[in-house]
Amino acid sequence: MIRIDGVSHRIGKAPILHDITTHLPEGRLTALIGPNGAGKSTLLRLIGRLEPLQQGRVSVAGRDIAATPTEDLARVMAILGQQTSIASRLRLSELVGFGRWPHHRGRPTAHDHARVAEALEAFALTPMADRFLDEVSGGQAQRAHIAMAFAQDTDWLLLDEPLNNLDMAHARALMGRLRDLVDRQGRSVGLVVHEINYAAAWADHVIAMKDGRIVAEGSANEVLTEDVLSDLYDAPIAVASHQGRPLVLHHV
Amino acid sequence: MRPTPALAVALAAMMLVSMTIGAASVDLVHAFGDPRTMLVLLESRLPRTLAVALTGAALAVAGVLIQALVRNRFVGPDTAGTAEGAALGLLAITILWPASPLWLRMVAASVSAMATTALFIAIIRRLPVREVMLVPIAGLVLSGVLGSVVTFIGWQTDLMQYIGTWLFSGEFSGVISGRYELLWIAGGAAVLAWFAADRFAIIGLGDQVATGLGLGTRAVLRLGLAVVAVVTAMVVTTVGMIPFVGLVVPNIVARIMGDNLRRTLPVVALSGAVLVMACDLAGRLVIHPYEVPAGLILGGVGSVLFLWLLYRRPRHG
Repeated sequence: MIRIDGVSHRIGKAPILHDITTHLPEGRLTALIGPNGAGKSTLLRLIGRLEPLQQGRVSVAGRDIAATPTEDLARVMAILGQQTSIASRLRLSELVGFGRWPHHRGRPTAHDHARVAEALEAFALTPMADRFLDEVSGGQAQRAHIAMAFAQDTDWLLLDEPLNNLDMAHARALMGRLRDLVDRQGRSVGLVVHEINYAAAWADHVIAMKDGRIVAEGSANEVLTEDVLSDLYDAPIAVASHQGRPLVLHHV
Repeated sequence: MRPTPALAVALAAMMLVSMTIGAASVDLVHAFGDPRTMLVLLESRLPRTLAVALTGAALAVAGVLIQALVRNRFVGPDTAGTAEGAALGLLAITILWPASPLWLRMVAASVSAMATTALFIAIIRRLPVREVMLVPIAGLVLSGVLGSVVTFIGWQTDLMQYIGTWLFSGEFSGVISGRYELLWIAGGAAVLAWFAADRFAIIGLGDQVATGLGLGTRAVLRLGLAVVAVVTAMVVTTVGMIPFVGLVVPNIVARIMGDNLRRTLPVVALSGAVLVMACDLAGRLVIHPYEVPAGLILGGVGSVLFLWLLYRRPRHG
C-alpha cells in the first residue's frame, strides 16, 4: 500500500496540495483524475520522490520515502514522469535496458537481457529496437519510456499521463497490459489519466482531485457518477453504463 | 569496419610518425644502438607524442561529460568557463603564494575550474529548457567575463605571459620529459569517467528519469564536474587550452554511435587523440622544421567541423 499522510505542497507561494491524506491500495489499479491544475501530477511526483516532500509523510510498501535510500526505492517502485523532450541519442533497446539498472547497476545478467527483450516485445517495439530515440515518433518514444518503467519490474508502477501521444489501439493495449500486471502478477499500479473513460473501464480504485484536495475516492462505480463528475469539472456530465461499468459521455 | 580498432590503428600509426618528425632526424630502426637518438626519443619525442594523445583523449571525454550534465550538445570544456576557471585558480595561487609546490597549484586550478563550471551549470539550469542555443551563449558569455577578469588581474600583476600560455594557442613544442606527466592525471580522470559511464548516460536522460532509476543525481553531477575540471586544469597548466576537441568529437561520435556512453566513451577518447594528433602533426609539417601551434590548426579545423555539425542537425539540440 502507498500511504499519504498530511501532504501539503507549494510551488513558490502558490499552494498546490492541501493536507492530503489517502492511500493507493495494494494489488489494484488506481487512477487519479481531475481537472487541469488539480494537483494529480504533483501528488504522483511526490510519491515517486521526483519532488522533495515539503510537508507530510509518504510510505510505499511500508518504506518511508524520505528515509529510504533512493536506490532501494527504485527496486520497489518505478515512476514515469511526463515526457520532456530529451537530447540524448539512445537506441530504444538501450533506453529500455536502463530500466534494469536499479537491479544490476552496470553489470547486466542474462535475466536482465531477457526482461528487456520482454518489455520491448510487450510494447511492440522489437522491430525498431535498434532505432535512435530521436528517429521514432512521439508515441513510439512514449512507449519506449513506458517499457523502461515496465522493465524495472517493481511491485509498484506509477505513470503520469502514460496515454499521452498514444493512439487508440496502443492506449487500450497499454491499459490491458497494466490490468494484466495487476491481475496476474499481483502488482500495483497508480496512474494519472485525463481521458476519464480509461479510468472508468480499467481502474479498480479512483481518486478524484480538484484544487489540491481530494473530492471523492472509491471504486469506479462509486466515484464516476454524474454528481461527482459534474461537480469535479464544473460542467454537466452524463454517465451511462456499458458492460456493468460507467461510460462517461463528456464529449456530447 | 568497427570504429575502435580502426581508430586504434590510425592512432598508433600517427604516434609512430610523430616519433620521427622534428628538427633532429632520427632513425627508429637503429635507435637502440645510438644513445643520442634514444635521448631525443625518450626525452622529447615520446613525451610529446604521449602528451598529444592524452590531451586529445581526455578533452574529448570531458566534452561528453559536460554535454551530458547540461544536456546540450553545443558546449565543451572550452566554452563552459572551465578553462578560465583553471587559469583564475592558477593566477590566485601564483600571486598569493609564489613559492607554492606544484601539487598545490594543480589543486587550486582544479578546484577553481570546478567552481566556475558549477556556476555555469547553476546559470543554465535557470534558462528555459527549450531555448537550446541559450546554453552555449551563456557559456561563451561566462567564459568571456571570467577571461576578462583573468586578463585584468594578469595585466595588473604583470603575469600576462603565463596567461598567454594557459588560455591562448595550446601547443606541444615545449613538452619534454618531466614537463607533461600531469597529463596522466587527466587521462586517469577520463578512465574514471568510463567506470561511471552508465551514470552519465542516465543523467543525460534528465533528472526525472535518473531519480526514478534510483540514481543520486547530485553525486553524479559532482563526479562529472570533478572529471571535467581536473582534465581541463591539467591541460591548461601543461600545454594550454586546446579548442574545439571537447565540442566536435562528442558530437560526431554521438551522431554515428549514439549516447550509450559505456560503448562510446572509448571511441570518443580515441577520436579525440587522433584529431589532436593529426593537428599537431600538421602543425609540425607545414613549415618544417618550424612549427604552427596545434591549437591554431584545431581552431581552423574545429570551426569548420562545428559549422558543418550545426547545419547537419537542424532537428535536435
